[in-house]
Amino acid sequence: MASLFDINLFALFGQLLIGLINGSFYALLSLGLAIIFGLLKIINFAQGAMYMLGAFAALLGMQYLGINYWFALILVPLAVGLVGILMERFLIRRIANEDHLYSLLLTFGLALMLQGIFTHLFGSSGLSYPIPDALKGGTKLPFMYLPNYRAWIILVSVVVCIGTWWMIEKTKLGAYLRAGTENPQLLQAFGINVPLIVTLTFGFGVALAGLAGVMAAPVYSVSPDMGSNILIVVFAIVVIGGMGSIGGAILTGLGMGVIEGLTKYFYPEASTTVIFLVMVIVLLFKPAGLFGKEA
Amino acid sequence: MKTLQQRLLTTLIAGALATSAVAAPDGKVKIGVLADMGGTYADLCGPGCVTATQMAIEDFGGQVLGSPIELVTADSQLKPDVASAIARQWVESDNVDTIGGLVSSAVTGAVTQVTNTSKNITLITGSASNSFTTKACSPYIAHWTYNVVALANGTVKSLVKSGKKKWFFITADYAFGHALENVSTGVIKENGGEVVGSVRAPLGTTDFSSYVLQAQSSGADVVALANAGNDTVNALNAAAEFGLTQSMDVAGLLVFTPNAQAMDPATAAGMRLTTGFYWDMDEKTRAWSKRFEERHGAIPSMAHAGAYSATLHYLNAVKAAGTDEPDAVMKQMKATKPEDFFARNAQLRADGRMVHDMLLVEIKPAAERKNKNDIYKIIEVIPADEAYNPMIAECNFSS
Repeated sequence: MASLFDINLFALFGQLLIGLINGSFYALLSLGLAIIFGLLKIINFAQGAMYMLGAFAALLGMQYLGINYWFALILVPLAVGLVGILMERFLIRRIANEDHLYSLLLTFGLALMLQGIFTHLFGSSGLSYPIPDALKGGTKLPFMYLPNYRAWIILVSVVVCIGTWWMIEKTKLGAYLRAGTENPQLLQAFGINVPLIVTLTFGFGVALAGLAGVMAAPVYSVSPDMGSNILIVVFAIVVIGGMGSIGGAILTGLGMGVIEGLTKYFYPEASTTVIFLVMVIVLLFKPAGLFGKEA
Repeated sequence: MKTLQQRLLTTLIAGALATSAVAAPDGKVKIGVLADMGGTYADLCGPGCVTATQMAIEDFGGQVLGSPIELVTADSQLKPDVASAIARQWVESDNVDTIGGLVSSAVTGAVTQVTNTSKNITLITGSASNSFTTKACSPYIAHWTYNVVALANGTVKSLVKSGKKKWFFITADYAFGHALENVSTGVIKENGGEVVGSVRAPLGTTDFSSYVLQAQSSGADVVALANAGNDTVNALNAAAEFGLTQSMDVAGLLVFTPNAQAMDPATAAGMRLTTGFYWDMDEKTRAWSKRFEERHGAIPSMAHAGAYSATLHYLNAVKAAGTDEPDAVMKQMKATKPEDFFARNAQLRADGRMVHDMLLVEIKPAAERKNKNDIYKIIEVIPADEAYNPMIAECNFSS
């Protein structure tokens, strides 16, 4: 009986670790959305498509231009960020003063178009991207086998999340950004180019989705609908974390990964719904989210 | 005056309903292809099923019973309600005689509910469930290509017989996955194996690592993936990543060629699977597949080849029967044996199940592949009468 208990405890540790890995991935994904949605108040439904774009850019870059994983890690977010900047500058800017729903419709339309174009060009079955040689293999832990690439996901996610949080909460640039979203007219009066800040912030948020795409390419099938599958979950995480709270999005991402991981162990059928259940409960008791400020 | 108008209207409506309830043979053959044009299964049976049907019509000569054969197409969006509405519109207003394509068992179930009542023939080429020739059988159904029983009798039986007795299932949590797991479990037990555990993953799961870990601790010999499409690919990737493939076998129970091409050869090599068709089997399959690839841009999946075969057999039957009246056509379809590059030792049984030789194949390692389409090595031909479910009495529609 004791040994049986041990096995179960080991299995539970494994599930917890996997939950943390997935959680750090969620954190990375929700970070970009938290910036765009939380700070700029733009409902960017194309964030999932940008994630998909990042994964495809890494794959196509390798196939046609010989760009390896490590260069893709830098180049792809820049390229996807540029797409985001163009999107903001030429499309979203035009409806900036309209109701938030207009940005939702616009970006949702863009996402559908991108997904349609990629399905047309590459089919719906997905493509595979190899794990880089340096990150192949894994470590045998007492309770599970930890693939090196998953450890790498945690590392990148932690570095990027802390870096972004520090930049927005602790630096002067971040202070401008936060001030610009609170009161754009006043900040403009101080001689700060607010539209430029908005464009760059949007580009940065989108670039994070591109980075997540590159990170995902070696472990998940690269397919046109990979973004739409994950987008709603990530939106839910941002809502649970609280609008405008970068730290909230990161912590919620981690927490939801663990909760989802445990659900997959105890009652897998509910694993796709559990995050929404948490969202409903949180919104009932704290309408502004766990870390959000009451409007 | 008003009552007269009302009566007239009622009569007209009643008349319209009476004529539309059952398709009237008009001597003109119109085929509808209802498939997934842009969703998850689009590569398996979407635009490719349209191309294959078009090719069958062209090869047949483009006309039958003295009139040109018409082809209409629509996107089911994998939604049963959408598919059902399209099917109703087609058979009631647009004079469509037969509906082909039909990928996803949920969609096919909704469509056949319409066509079985309206007496229109369905040529099911993309769906897996065996219910269309068992509990939901009908004299107007012809189920081509494959089903869950054939998949289990191929892959599962061969692995159990080779000594892999303990099984763990990662199953897609909807009708198709459940059916595949049930049928496979039956085959495992019949052959002296046992199921040590199973987990049901929601459709569209991206990260399978949690399920892989559960499979790893189950002590099974084989981890069976009772899912399809991207789910299978993602599950296999996770299995390889977490080192499961080093100690256990992974069996993909339903794999179409585009899925096999999406798998990393390093992890998929050696995996066995069952398919109704492989393009590189012999001269005949290669010749047709080359023509298909030139038009479609990719090698045909078994559903594509099945769509061609079913359409051609249907048109031959219309010609031989001299009418497009569904009962006569179906009788003719069941009386003659389909014979083409796809249908080997084939027969459309009285229950509507088209049985034919299936192939047990193995995914080739990268080193053995001559090009990107060279993915399978044929291990064994499973004879038609061993591959499929036996006919049940309630579904014997021979008159």
